Amino acid sequence: MNLLLELAYSLGSTLRDVVPIVVILVVFQVLVLRQRLPRLKQIVGGFVLVVLGLSLFLVGLNDALFPIGETMAAQLTSSSMADSVSQVRWMDYMMVYAFAASIGFATAVAEPALIAVSMKAQTASGGMIDAWGLRIAVAFGAAIGVSLGCFRIVTGTPLQWYIMGIYVVVMILSIFSNRTILPLAYDSGGVTTSTVTVPVVAALGLGLASNVPGRSPLVDGFGLIAFTCAFPIMTVLGYSLIVSRLPKRKGDQSGSEE
Amino acid sequence: MTIVFKALAGRILNALRDLAPIIVVIAFFQFVVLQQPFPNLGDTLVGLVCVVLGLALFIHGLESGLFPLGEAIAQAFAKKSSVVALLSFAFCLGFGTTVAEPALMAVATEAANVVAQAGLITDSENVRASYAFSLRIVVALSVGTAVVIGVFRILKGWPIHVMIISGYVIVTCLTFFAPREIIGIAYDSGGVTTSTITVPLLTALGVGLATSIRGRNPMVDGFGLIAFASISPMIFVLVYGMVT
Repeated sequence: MNLLLELAYSLGSTLRDVVPIVVILVVFQVLVLRQRLPRLKQIVGGFVLVVLGLSLFLVGLNDALFPIGETMAAQLTSSSMADSVSQVRWMDYMMVYAFAASIGFATAVAEPALIAVSMKAQTASGGMIDAWGLRIAVAFGAAIGVSLGCFRIVTGTPLQWYIMGIYVVVMILSIFSNRTILPLAYDSGGVTTSTVTVPVVAALGLGLASNVPGRSPLVDGFGLIAFTCAFPIMTVLGYSLIVSRLPKRKGDQSGSEE
Repeated sequence: MTIVFKALAGRILNALRDLAPIIVVIAFFQFVVLQQPFPNLGDTLVGLVCVVLGLALFIHGLESGLFPLGEAIAQAFAKKSSVVALLSFAFCLGFGTTVAEPALMAVATEAANVVAQAGLITDSENVRASYAFSLRIVVALSVGTAVVIGVFRILKGWPIHVMIISGYVIVTCLTFFAPREIIGIAYDSGGVTTSTITVPLLTALGVGLATSIRGRNPMVDGFGLIAFASISPMIFVLVYGMVT
């Protein structure tokens, strides 16, 4: 069957990704650590599940979501094109920004890497950080990032000014934020852009850059991923500032030294 | 058996909740905005079942396999207390997981096209292929270096914001000197390097190290490895753009 073939192919490519990790782990285990890992059977079983699950996930995404998402991105970007108008007006692309924001939010919520990090954050913080709240904060960041990134492609304004502006805001927020949230917030940027988000966002950027008059996909198509990466840092820091300003919940024992 | 079944059912429900936003967004734009019927509804539904099942299995494997693995390795290294061994492991993990990353290969190929079109390198098959290959090596080296720096930070307990902000300052300064064509690629390269299997492993490793070493806090010191792995490729690619 076609589906089984696809699954086998996907399994193959996931395995190829995993091979370097396994080789490194085994080499260090045999040559350096030289002690039996606890719960080895369970770990191997879990590893197999991760590979299987990820392959199945990717097959499903390729079958169900990516094709629709990509055609949708292409249709939206071309249908909002104001033909016969030589001047590109950024207002003509409202629907694109709306789509960018919602798809940015939705793909970030479904991102397995983000689920993993937020689960770890909840246990490492002893429940201080709520996994779901963290993911929503990151997803809002991704939403803002993708739609602002689309705005940038439409207007053709230089990428570096936006990124530098974002850096300045992150620096200022870092000064006011609790030290315990900073590493997690910085991590959330790189985590957002993985399996689900990158293909959809890249297709959106490429479609937009090829359809907006005066933009070239080669030069203006890049940068959306950087936006999607940068904004979650801001929203997670903002979220933690808001949470810390709220009346303290019971059992709140934050390790802040300030 | 019933316990396993219950656990799996719970995971499937969670996966459905995680994927609900995507389904809603796509359905809304398809029916309401574009006003088109769904193409191949049958295929799409089968695909959705795969996505939900896959996510549930992945998360289950994460908790029973990847997380304990990262923690066990962190503890083993902490007990061994050989900094050289730990740092070389960190480098290998960063380099090894990045160099074959499909997303990075795609970006590197695209980057070679951009640079060739801009006339910075000769526009021929061979030159572009070798440009893309060395770009991949550069990014993999940068991620390896980043994980080494990140792990070293956990050992020393250095404050992360000082290091990340210095990274931003370096990126900003380099942007002024790098060729215009490479800037977008460099900024994007930070996001594409961390894959779905690497992220949980690195996170578990960092948190595990911070938990096993006395005086380190899992929140303050354990996280941050991914952050380094997303900034250093930008720096390395900008520099690469300047020297080639």
